[in-house]
Amino acid sequence: MIPVSYYLMLSAIVFFTGVAGVLIRRNIIAILLSVELMLNATNINFVAFSDHFQDLGGQVFVFFALTVAAAEVAVGLAIIIALHRSKATINVEEFNLLKW
Amino acid sequence: MLYALIPLLPLAAFLVLGLAGSRIKANAHVVAVPAVLLSLVLSLSAFAEVASGSIISVPLYTWFTSGNLDIHFGLYIDRLTAVMLLLVTVVSSLVHIYTIGYMHGEPGYVRFFSYIALFTFSMLMLVLADNLLQLFVFWEAVGLCSYLLIGHWYERASACAAATKAFLVNRVGDFGFMLGLLLVWSSFGSLNYHDVFPAAHESAGQSMNLLGLFGGTWEVPVLTVICLLLFAGAMGKSAQVPLHVWLPDAMEGPTPISALIHAATMVTAGVFLVARLSPLYNLSPTAMNVVALVGASTMVLGATIALTQTDIKRVVAYSTVSQLGYMVMACGLGAYASGMYHLLTHGAFKALLFLGCGSIIIALHHEQDMRHMGGLRDKLPVTYWTFVVGSLALAGFPLTAGFFSKDDLLVSAWSSGSLGQVLTIFGLLTALLTAFYSFRLVFVTFWGPSRVDPHHAPHVHEPSRTITTPLLILAVFSILTGYLGIPAFLEPVFSTQQDSAVHHGGAGLIIMIAATAMGLGGITAAYYVYVLNPDLPDRLAQQWTSLYQGSLNKWYVDQAYDRAFVRPTFTTASALWRRIDVHVIDGAVNGVARAIAWGAWLLRLIQSGQTQHYALAMAMGVLLIVTVFVVF
Repeated sequence: MIPVSYYLMLSAIVFFTGVAGVLIRRNIIAILLSVELMLNATNINFVAFSDHFQDLGGQVFVFFALTVAAAEVAVGLAIIIALHRSKATINVEEFNLLKW
Repeated sequence: MLYALIPLLPLAAFLVLGLAGSRIKANAHVVAVPAVLLSLVLSLSAFAEVASGSIISVPLYTWFTSGNLDIHFGLYIDRLTAVMLLLVTVVSSLVHIYTIGYMHGEPGYVRFFSYIALFTFSMLMLVLADNLLQLFVFWEAVGLCSYLLIGHWYERASACAAATKAFLVNRVGDFGFMLGLLLVWSSFGSLNYHDVFPAAHESAGQSMNLLGLFGGTWEVPVLTVICLLLFAGAMGKSAQVPLHVWLPDAMEGPTPISALIHAATMVTAGVFLVARLSPLYNLSPTAMNVVALVGASTMVLGATIALTQTDIKRVVAYSTVSQLGYMVMACGLGAYASGMYHLLTHGAFKALLFLGCGSIIIALHHEQDMRHMGGLRDKLPVTYWTFVVGSLALAGFPLTAGFFSKDDLLVSAWSSGSLGQVLTIFGLLTALLTAFYSFRLVFVTFWGPSRVDPHHAPHVHEPSRTITTPLLILAVFSILTGYLGIPAFLEPVFSTQQDSAVHHGGAGLIIMIAATAMGLGGITAAYYVYVLNPDLPDRLAQQWTSLYQGSLNKWYVDQAYDRAFVRPTFTTASALWRRIDVHVIDGAVNGVARAIAWGAWLLRLIQSGQTQHYALAMAMGVLLIVTVFVVF
């Protein structure tokens, strides 16, 4: 029986990998992937706790999260295509219009 | 109640002209002249009623009541008021008629009529007032009208400057007037004549400590302080030394105004004030002496300046200053009736002289310098003869009104005591100067060779009948007012004054002869200097350079005021502007703005537009919160 703290540590490592990716990478697709990593880190948490507390609610939640994530990725990719069309690049530093 | 219409008719004319002026335009006189003429008729009827011995008192309405301060507006007509009413309405009517011709075709025709109607209303309310506050309100109102009318040709810088000067100089006097009012209120608890005058006797012994505020002791009778403060107002309005400087400059206004406001009516308000408040002044010998001395110095100063001026209106203006000095001096010596008598005759002949000047000015296309006149006798016969009558009256030529009033004044002055006798000597000398300068004006303007601009010379002709008719009427008055027995008529008002018996004493006759001799001597001297020896004036001017320059430059009073008050004010204002305003006030305001702009610039650096920077800030924030949560 693997203790729940192991899962949580894995989840934390995956989550911070995602965070680092979001903060550091310049490629928008990579950033999107990193966001997915963060999302899945939480999914690991949900499943781990669901097993630990013997409550199926956590696993149900993961299905919701996966569905939403799929939709989100679809929207995200669409945005990336739109961005690419406007500036012919997917380097996030080029998109700095959102300021004074 | 009917008499309330005396002031209200001109007010109505003012309102109609002021509100509907743009539709009335060139017909302004159709509104204004009948209103003033009706006022004149009503004044005559009021005069007749008062002459029969009664006193008319018409309460109008309560202005305000606050605690035990109760301010009413009311009309009070006794003999003093009645003669002033006649003076104001007669001169005002004639000036209204004269204005039709004088201002014909001017762009400000309606404005001019509305202002003189407003002036007439204010002046009438001033003389009709039954309390000091009402008097003060209309005292200021006539000052305002004077300001507006001096600045009638407001596009001229000199007119604007003159109007401002008149207003500011009067402010100095009116400040004293206002303090006087407050002191009357605090001493007597009322501002009504009929409350103050009977109470004056009781407070005659009271004194106040003027240095109390600074810990010193300087006991001065309250009445003296009141009288002197109120007289400060009179000095401003009646152009007494040292506040005389505004009146000559006021000649920038159109000539009808000079005749109405700055010769016959408004400037005599100060004399009227002293006469009206005679029950107070009688109780303060100190104030009386000050009044007499101020009047006498004004009288001499005005006459000496009038000798050398070259602008015809300025000669007459300084003559007005000098004659006002006579009246104030008479009041200061207790000869109120004589002062008022001279006020009335002066109102007639000085208005005549000013309107005559206006007639000349119009005929010569706005030429006012007498060096560019001469030989106008044949071209302007009506103006010439009426001007001569006015000048004779001013010079005190026998059997003119000025002769009677000036003699009466000097005789009363002589009989009033030792101060009066000294001042009478000065009065006689001034009479000599008066005759000299008034006939200098006549000879230089109307006699001798023509020095008129040859461009205009062929077109010089007598102005229209609306201008000459008032001249003729005033010429008649300049003789006639001497025969109406005005001093005897006014005597009951000032009944506590010296009996009139002294008028017939031996000294009286001597003074009468002396004054007549002075008048004739002055006229002869002027004839000798300006007709027989036309090059003599220049030689005299060279021989007595300092005197001549002093007189020509009005004894440098304007320059002294300029140095003492005007320029320091400008310098201070300029320093406040350039240093305090620009650097401190603007600096503070702009500094705040700049600090905010700088702060905003710093904050703006955070907002880079890079989403990752925002995400980093968010992550750091979360980290911080979690750290705090874990550690504490």
